[in-house]
Amino acid sequence: MPRPVFHEEKCKGCELCLDVCPMGIIVMSQGFNGKGYHPAACVDETKCVGCALCAKSCPDLVIEINE
Amino acid sequence: MSEKLLMKGNEAIGKAAIIAGCRYYFGYPITPQSELIEYMAKHLPQTGGTFLQAESEVAAINMVYGAAGAGARVMTSSSSPGVSLKQEGISYIAAAELPCVIVNIMRGGPGLGGIQPGQADYFQATKGGGHGDYHCIVVAPNSAQEMADLTIHAFNVADQYRNPVMILGDGALGQMMEPVAFHDNPLVPVDKPWATTGMGERGKPNNINTLYLEPEALEQVNMKLQQKYQVIQEREVRWETSHTDDAELILVAYGITSRIAFSAMKMARTAGLKVGLFRPITLWPFPKEALANAVTNASAVLTIELSTGQMVEDVNLAIKCSKPVYFQGRTGGMIMSSKDIYEKIVEIFKAERGE
Amino acid sequence: MEGILFAWPQALVDIPTHYCPGCQHGLAHRLVAEVIDELEIQKKTIGVVPVGCSVMADKYFNLDAQEAAHGRAPAVATGIKRVHPDKVVFTYQGDGDIAAIGMAEIVHAAARGEKITTIFINNAIYGMTGGQMAPTTLVNQVTATSPFGRQQSSTGYPIRLSEMLATLDGAKYIARVSVNDPANMNKAKKAIKTAFETQIRGEGFAMVEVLAACPTNWGLSPVNAKRWLEENMLPQFPLGVYKNSAEVK
Repeated sequence: MPRPVFHEEKCKGCELCLDVCPMGIIVMSQGFNGKGYHPAACVDETKCVGCALCAKSCPDLVIEINE
Repeated sequence: MSEKLLMKGNEAIGKAAIIAGCRYYFGYPITPQSELIEYMAKHLPQTGGTFLQAESEVAAINMVYGAAGAGARVMTSSSSPGVSLKQEGISYIAAAELPCVIVNIMRGGPGLGGIQPGQADYFQATKGGGHGDYHCIVVAPNSAQEMADLTIHAFNVADQYRNPVMILGDGALGQMMEPVAFHDNPLVPVDKPWATTGMGERGKPNNINTLYLEPEALEQVNMKLQQKYQVIQEREVRWETSHTDDAELILVAYGITSRIAFSAMKMARTAGLKVGLFRPITLWPFPKEALANAVTNASAVLTIELSTGQMVEDVNLAIKCSKPVYFQGRTGGMIMSSKDIYEKIVEIFKAERGE
Repeated sequence: MEGILFAWPQALVDIPTHYCPGCQHGLAHRLVAEVIDELEIQKKTIGVVPVGCSVMADKYFNLDAQEAAHGRAPAVATGIKRVHPDKVVFTYQGDGDIAAIGMAEIVHAAARGEKITTIFINNAIYGMTGGQMAPTTLVNQVTATSPFGRQQSSTGYPIRLSEMLATLDGAKYIARVSVNDPANMNKAKKAIKTAFETQIRGEGFAMVEVLAACPTNWGLSPVNAKRWLEENMLPQFPLGVYKNSAEVK
């Protein structure tokens, strides 16, 4: 089952991943990362289909998709 | 083995560059150096080298930057207005510590000026020209033979110090035909581990860059360059003297002007006037100490240039204004005759003797 | 790699970039790096980076690279490629770098059929210097030096560089792509790959113009900047392959 990994410290809060996720399972966290952004996070990994659109839309290589 | 050929100064540079191992030339036509670019166009490909006429002098100097950064022995040439265009590129080359040879066959200026010889690019060549605290090593030949010899020297010191070297000639030297002896020059390959040749098995990328946004880092870069320039100033100064030991008046001139000055000196000596000639061969580093020594026992100095007075400032600085420094210049492409200089010498002697 | 469906390419260094949130330089860098990995040319590629936001791209790519003066990257690349014709040389340039100060250099590199690959990031604005007008700024677009909108009576029209360079015989592959959505991103990657293959086959000059968003200087959020690009830039700069000499064969 595909599992997204978000390297939160690299995230700049641009929301491009959220905009593109077909399953709607990405949100911006309430908290802040070290850079002062609300990092993106996956709220329900069970629904991840491994399309990797989030990872491919991220300009900052925040997201890896593992099997 | 050596061969002696009758050649124009411009062509002598071309042949010497090839002998020195230059295999890349990027340039743009401009009078009075077009013989050099045409020589390279014809002869460089025959050695397996690459000749490319660029779309402008700006493009040419940036091609030189790329090729030098990639580890090649590379040259460009132009004349005064074209060298103005190259200044940004030269600053970058100096900052990145890349070796290359830049030839300026000077003409009358400023602006589009004229196509006759001039020496009004001395400031541009020795005091920067481009922005920032940097120096080109600047050599000033005064014969077709020296155009050749100093070209080979230029490529060697460029690689030795990782620095741009400028050959400052003029339209007269470029056009004059003289016999030039070329000697075999076995090429010693220079190791350039810093060059961008593709990472290969190196494992670590090489970068050629000049941007340092942190002022601490940029200051360090500048200090490193200054240390290098200090070494160059200690080791690479060149000059020639004639009859300066007992001279009362020392002529200072370089390039074509030094040959006219030499004739004037001989005329003066024949008339019983004790005149000597000091000819700087490196304009940067300027032979300050040697000039100061040569002038010690003289009463006055006459600086002669094809300009309204540029090197004369360095002459004054070198001797710390300790003696009167006279100036004689022509500009706009006009060239003084040895008789003109002789008459000035006579005038100076009269003035100095209080007549 | 086992167990990984998506990870970043080897040709990219895994360090945080200085680019703004939502800046699409990061996407373009990744696509170029993926192509370099797939073509297995990392060890023989030399990049030339411009002046502009991507001036530090040489730190993000795990390759030999040179920083060029503003606009001069095609000339610098020419120097490198002529010295190392067996290596792969690419330039990475913004719209001011390539189409303002560097117009002569790119036109002549293309006209000479210089065997280099150019990746041109077109975001219709000068990013690094704070959002001034660019040669590709749209008519009526507000920028720091066109505060009332670009006035065509005084400053004319945006330049369509891909169409222009396609008229040159030395240009063998020219494409305009976008990275605004996954479908376009796939096409962009294919175009970039073809552009590098054009060089590797020794055919001539290749360029890919990548439409990209500049959220900071457009004054929009990254998601809205993407929409602005779709609504305004795509009609002005149509996507497509403008030159493909391989097809002619």
